[in-house]
Amino acid sequence: MDLKSLFKKAGNTLEGGVRVVKKRSSTLSCPRCGSEYDKESVLKNYWACPRCGGYFRMSARRRLRFLCDEGTFRELDGDLVSEDILHFPGYGEKLAKATEKCGQKEGVLCGTCKIDGQNTCIFAMEPDFMMGSMGSVVGEKITRLFEYATEQALPVVGFTVSGGARMQEGIVSLMQMAKVSGAVKRHSDAGGFYLTVITNPTTGGVTASFAMLGDVIIAEPGALIGFAGPRVIEQTIRQSLPKGFQRSDFLLSHGFLDAVVPRQELKDFIGKMLRFHV
Amino acid sequence: MTIYEKIQYTRSGKRPTAAAYVDAIFHDFVQLHGDRRYGDDSAVIGGIALLGDTPVTVIGIEKGTDTKDKIQHNFGQANPEGYRKALRLMRQAEKFHRPVITLVDTAGASCGIGAEERGQGSAIAENLYEMMTLKTPILSMVIGEGGSGGALALAVADAVWMLENAYYSVVSPEGCASILWKDSAKAAEAAQALRPDAQSLYELGIIEKIIPEPEDFSQEDAKKTFFHSLKEDLSKEICRLQKEDLDVLLAARYEKFRKVGAYDRNHH
Repeated sequence: MDLKSLFKKAGNTLEGGVRVVKKRSSTLSCPRCGSEYDKESVLKNYWACPRCGGYFRMSARRRLRFLCDEGTFRELDGDLVSEDILHFPGYGEKLAKATEKCGQKEGVLCGTCKIDGQNTCIFAMEPDFMMGSMGSVVGEKITRLFEYATEQALPVVGFTVSGGARMQEGIVSLMQMAKVSGAVKRHSDAGGFYLTVITNPTTGGVTASFAMLGDVIIAEPGALIGFAGPRVIEQTIRQSLPKGFQRSDFLLSHGFLDAVVPRQELKDFIGKMLRFHV
Repeated sequence: MTIYEKIQYTRSGKRPTAAAYVDAIFHDFVQLHGDRRYGDDSAVIGGIALLGDTPVTVIGIEKGTDTKDKIQHNFGQANPEGYRKALRLMRQAEKFHRPVITLVDTAGASCGIGAEERGQGSAIAENLYEMMTLKTPILSMVIGEGGSGGALALAVADAVWMLENAYYSVVSPEGCASILWKDSAKAAEAAQALRPDAQSLYELGIIEKIIPEPEDFSQEDAKKTFFHSLKEDLSKEICRLQKEDLDVLLAARYEKFRKVGAYDRNHH
């Protein structure tokens, strides 16, 4: 990496270690208990609150930095960007704002890496890019990743966080659910291993497609996971929802998760699973 | 009609529901119940029937006709067990080499505590996943409302047809307007922006055929003619799909969905 690229804005290659430099306060407050910390101590604690254990929202790149063996991540299709196919009012500006907000071109980061020495394909959705919504690019990148993994006989590890399909792409975004599910099926039929890690929140079209299609499906503690969002359900049935509804433990007890795994133990868990499926 | 007027028409109850199609197009229909897991969802009707001389598996989302019937069918909003029943019948069709015909008419999958407890997301995902490689022809028709994932869960098919005034959308126009513009009264604008009408979907390459509708379904003669011509088209298409080599058929099904997307490479 040359010196010039160090100062490049919105670098998009994790492998080069380029990070988006933004002026922001170095204190972070826990989304659950409100305690304030400096960034370093949160970082040391796997992006969890040292006092209450609450999780800070993690960008896709930060996820991979925690998970991938150092220097092993190679991004795939990082240059795909959305087209406003329907000329949907305000979509162009929203895309531009999302890119500015999180320094990413789209809602998912895909690539290959090693985890505990095991080669794998990996994707992580981007919570700050239009709430991780799934449009053409998210669908296309994940589909390509599964096709690549099938070709290379590699497993896939995927982190989901999403509000669902991206409305601004209309029916085209709905079709991404079928498209990705088809690629997951082909990977599976070829004997490929797929592990999904569901993180807070994952709802709508992502829950109703690739989040729920892993050979092993795990979630971070306390994650909201559902098809319909809780507010929509409340408005529909006109009653308040039971405590813990649609949270990780709720899904575990109803048989839809293999395990709930704390953030600090994710790398060990995933490494172990990958070794089981070599 | 504007797009939003068409959507309102699909909700008006002035159109035939799935059961009427089953009656008019097929004969010897035998309804088969239950998902063999939890229960029988009456929002989804399914079974075996003859299309001409060909045994086919027919699955439809049924909205019901009068108030009592609508309640009985949960207004055509399927629960996970409905999607699982559909999948069970599709696997059965695969085993006996029967083509599958699905009739989609739903505002969306059922939204409630029970649906979430029993894995609505998981049920829909399983259908998308399994239908993509189901080793028998699948033809889907959106006959009224094609509401989001709850519709797609029965529409991963070799051919997707839509009635002229039907719609098929990622989100209801009301939902879209209230999420994006905090104002569900802007539903008509949202409908225009989402372009969920048959003509737009045809232009976008999502559907293969637009089925012309009679001006008024309450006119018996017009309705009869409509069903008669639809039956002929269906028979021809099913016959064509059955003649296809299975590998070719499945590759084409994958490609039909694989190619959908609008993106570009950014070189900056």
